[in-house]
Amino acid sequence: MQADLAILLPEILLSLFALAALLAAVYTGKDKMASALVWLTSAVMLVLAAWIGLGDATTQIAFDGTFINDGFARFSKVVILISAAIVLVMSQEYMKRRDILRFEYPILVSLSAVGMMVMVSAGDLIALYMGLELQSLALYVVASLRRDSAKSTEAGMKYFVLGALSSGLLLYGASLTYGFSGTTSFSGIIQAVQGDHLSLGVLFGLVFITSGLAFKVSAVPFHMWTPDVYEGSPTPVTAFFATAPKMAAMGLFARVMHDAFGGAVGDWQQVIAFLAVLSMFLGSIAAIGQSNIKRLMAYSSIAHMGYALMGLASGTALGVESMLVYMAIYVTMNVGTFAFILSMERNGTPVTDIKSLCNLSSYAPGRAFSLLVLMFSLAGVPPMLGFFGKLYVLRAAYEGGLAWLAVAGVVASVIGAYYYLRIVFFMYFGEETEELDAPRNPILSGLLVGSAVVMIAAVLLNMFGIDGAAAAAAASLVN
Amino acid sequence: MGNLLSIVTFLPLVAAIVLAVFLRGNDEAAQRNAKWLALVATAVTFLISLFILAEFDPANTGFQYVEERDWILNLKYKVGVDGISVLFVLLTTFIMPLVIACSWDVSKRVKEYMIAFLALETLMIGVFVSLDLVLFYLFFEASLIPMFLIIGIWGGANRIYASFKFFLYTFFGSVLMLVAMVAMYTDAGTTDIPTLLNHTFASETLNLFGFQIIGGMQTLMFIAFFASFAVKMPMWPVHTWLPDAHVQAPTAGSVVLAAILLKMGGYGFLRFSLPMFPVGAEILTPVVFWMSAIAIVYTSLVALVQEDMKKLIAYSSVAHMGYVTMGIFAANQQGIDGAIFQMLSHGFISGALFLCVGVIYDRMHTREIDAYGGLVNRMPKYALVFMLFTMANVGLPGTSGFIGEFLVLMGIFQENTWVAAVAASGVIFSAAYALWLYRRVVMGALIKESLKAITDMSTRERAIFAPLIIMTILLGVYPALITDIIGPSVSALIDNYDTALAAVSHETAGQVAQH
Repeated sequence: MQADLAILLPEILLSLFALAALLAAVYTGKDKMASALVWLTSAVMLVLAAWIGLGDATTQIAFDGTFINDGFARFSKVVILISAAIVLVMSQEYMKRRDILRFEYPILVSLSAVGMMVMVSAGDLIALYMGLELQSLALYVVASLRRDSAKSTEAGMKYFVLGALSSGLLLYGASLTYGFSGTTSFSGIIQAVQGDHLSLGVLFGLVFITSGLAFKVSAVPFHMWTPDVYEGSPTPVTAFFATAPKMAAMGLFARVMHDAFGGAVGDWQQVIAFLAVLSMFLGSIAAIGQSNIKRLMAYSSIAHMGYALMGLASGTALGVESMLVYMAIYVTMNVGTFAFILSMERNGTPVTDIKSLCNLSSYAPGRAFSLLVLMFSLAGVPPMLGFFGKLYVLRAAYEGGLAWLAVAGVVASVIGAYYYLRIVFFMYFGEETEELDAPRNPILSGLLVGSAVVMIAAVLLNMFGIDGAAAAAAASLVN
Repeated sequence: MGNLLSIVTFLPLVAAIVLAVFLRGNDEAAQRNAKWLALVATAVTFLISLFILAEFDPANTGFQYVEERDWILNLKYKVGVDGISVLFVLLTTFIMPLVIACSWDVSKRVKEYMIAFLALETLMIGVFVSLDLVLFYLFFEASLIPMFLIIGIWGGANRIYASFKFFLYTFFGSVLMLVAMVAMYTDAGTTDIPTLLNHTFASETLNLFGFQIIGGMQTLMFIAFFASFAVKMPMWPVHTWLPDAHVQAPTAGSVVLAAILLKMGGYGFLRFSLPMFPVGAEILTPVVFWMSAIAIVYTSLVALVQEDMKKLIAYSSVAHMGYVTMGIFAANQQGIDGAIFQMLSHGFISGALFLCVGVIYDRMHTREIDAYGGLVNRMPKYALVFMLFTMANVGLPGTSGFIGEFLVLMGIFQENTWVAAVAASGVIFSAAYALWLYRRVVMGALIKESLKAITDMSTRERAIFAPLIIMTILLGVYPALITDIIGPSVSALIDNYDTALAAVSHETAGQVAQH
């Protein structure tokens, strides 16, 4: 028991921290504490990330396989914690100035981070559901953080109702799987698989579970909530949605597919490939008509989830590796892009229309160039890092026998390039308009430039070793 | 000088970074500094690149000046040149100082302009020296970014449409090549180009969605690479981005586009399509032949009716590139020699023609053919230069244009007489549109009021044309300058190609005999 708890120590510490922070804030200054709490929370997260990342590299199993702490889980947790910490830091000044910085915000974010950490470590259907719901419930609340805005509450409400539906689907699938395999643990389910194929009941369970998970990664056709929630939520919250939860959901996806259904790759490969191809195309095509940059980024993330799923669809260790690398790159690009979006203001009020970027390059050449690098990276144009992410998943898909998916992916990437180019077009060729404010928050500018530098520097500096770490992580999941 | 190629490749980029980081302000002095720095950087790059030629051994058909370093994802940073690529490197370094010099009057965002061209030079040289698939792809694709910005920021009235069309067309072509590259890596286990040149890809007939693919993987990979290079070249019917891009691009952009960027397509055919997928190439050769023949005749006819000078020259470029593809896929010594010769000579001639248009555009701010007439009265020197390049474009003996076309036609005649006959008719059409253009712009009486005060070429403009004139005539009277360098590499390429084909047909014969 004690040994089991020791394995869960990071999660336990983060939950305890959240609860202690809640008590402390309620009894003392409430919202006055919020700023300090944001900094403290992100410091705690970074410390935990360092601890997990640099700690013991063995596979540890707690509570009879309910909780698995392996290389794969650690990789995902590090990405989740770092991105959550960075997003918190990004939000502080923005929310404070708009008077929406409540002390609940960092607490909810840390609780959802706990949920995400449980998700990527889940070794059992019940742990899976617990982690997922802890994460989701915290996210529903932060989506409607701006209580007096109709759009924000609508976003929270929509997210909640659709999220509940998807949880229902997932639970139904879980109960079918349990009913037909007789166990809730992944290691038990994988043993119940006879031969290369699942029994019809488990197959139904698999499909329902996949639907629930597809909702969480916003893969088409379960993506409907994404643009509305992205648009309605306060921008820092949108930045959070676009990063850590996506990584967690993809991690969970890979976990379930390989740990529970790894023996029947042929049964789920087609489903995932189908989700991937739809996401890539819908994400690319639907973004073309968007004029709100938050909605545009919503569709962009749908398309990017398609590429990550393409890696997963290959059903191999290389596929998981490519998915992890892709997600790490995706999160970095989105952190930079949202740092920019957070600093888009005109006379102090935030603007989200992409036309407001007109002519940015002439009065803010550094920021414009950084965003240009990020846009070409998102589009997958070399020499930016985003290209290598795409190359990775293409290779995984091709070697996994899904050449058609690789071709579909690159065709979709051409369509997608159009709307990234459009942003560059506004910044560089647009006509003169009223200028955006100079950035007030040096943290945001730093993150924007920093992530743009990473997009180029990583290509020269061996990707900072991400690919090696991802390979080790994938090897611990797929064997 | 172990890393001579890397120095030549990255020197312009270093200059661009220096410009971006250290040059502040946008006053006259800063603009002048930006121009001079760019000019000096490109000129020095050219001088250093001459050292490559000095030590280059044409008899050695392998890669020379090879550098190899570890890079990310088990890929290698590997560069080197052989007889086929070395002259393209020199063409690039030769053209770039002229391009910078011809932009001396640019006043809009001068610093960014120079940065874009310097970065572009690095990327273009990179394409020709890369000996790793992914490195090649990286340079090949990345060159779209500065060109997209050049057309978009410094282009003409309809520049937005042209820049998007340019980017998306060429991007679409290349991504299919990327999938094929992944397939090659999976099959051969390496992205090293010299190794891949000796690797035989499967050519057994494949059944794909019920279609029988003769030549199997090789045919599919050939098509994927073909999609990329044919768009870049550009070949009929995917050439339509080129006239738009040319018309909207600033003069310097047009020169780079015509003189160097188009050559990446032809170089790609020679480096990848022909030697790596010989069976696929052999199967699709008739298609390429006829596409080229149609390109020559059709685009020449289209050029005849153009009212915009740049558009006319753009269509004429497509026609001339038709000779190149034809020559390459003739796959004999004359054909490929001619194709490479034609590409290099077209680099000088078309570059010079766009500069000629630039000269009068700078004065009159219009490219309408009808807006001109009788320029010879006021601009005799210009008339002479323009005539020389018009004649070179037509392929007059004594100019480099003639050698390329003649060699190609000779090569193609041995392979397919009909195609040769159709292509030869293109020579007549090209004379028609080029001479008619010349007649309408330069000859006749000077009746337009607006032209009465036009001035002849300045010293700077004459200095830009001088090297191009020398090269055009020098190569026209002494083509061995080029053919001596490319000859051995080309003949090795053809030997490998024929051996690979013979091996396959031998195998098939063996299989038939067994049955």
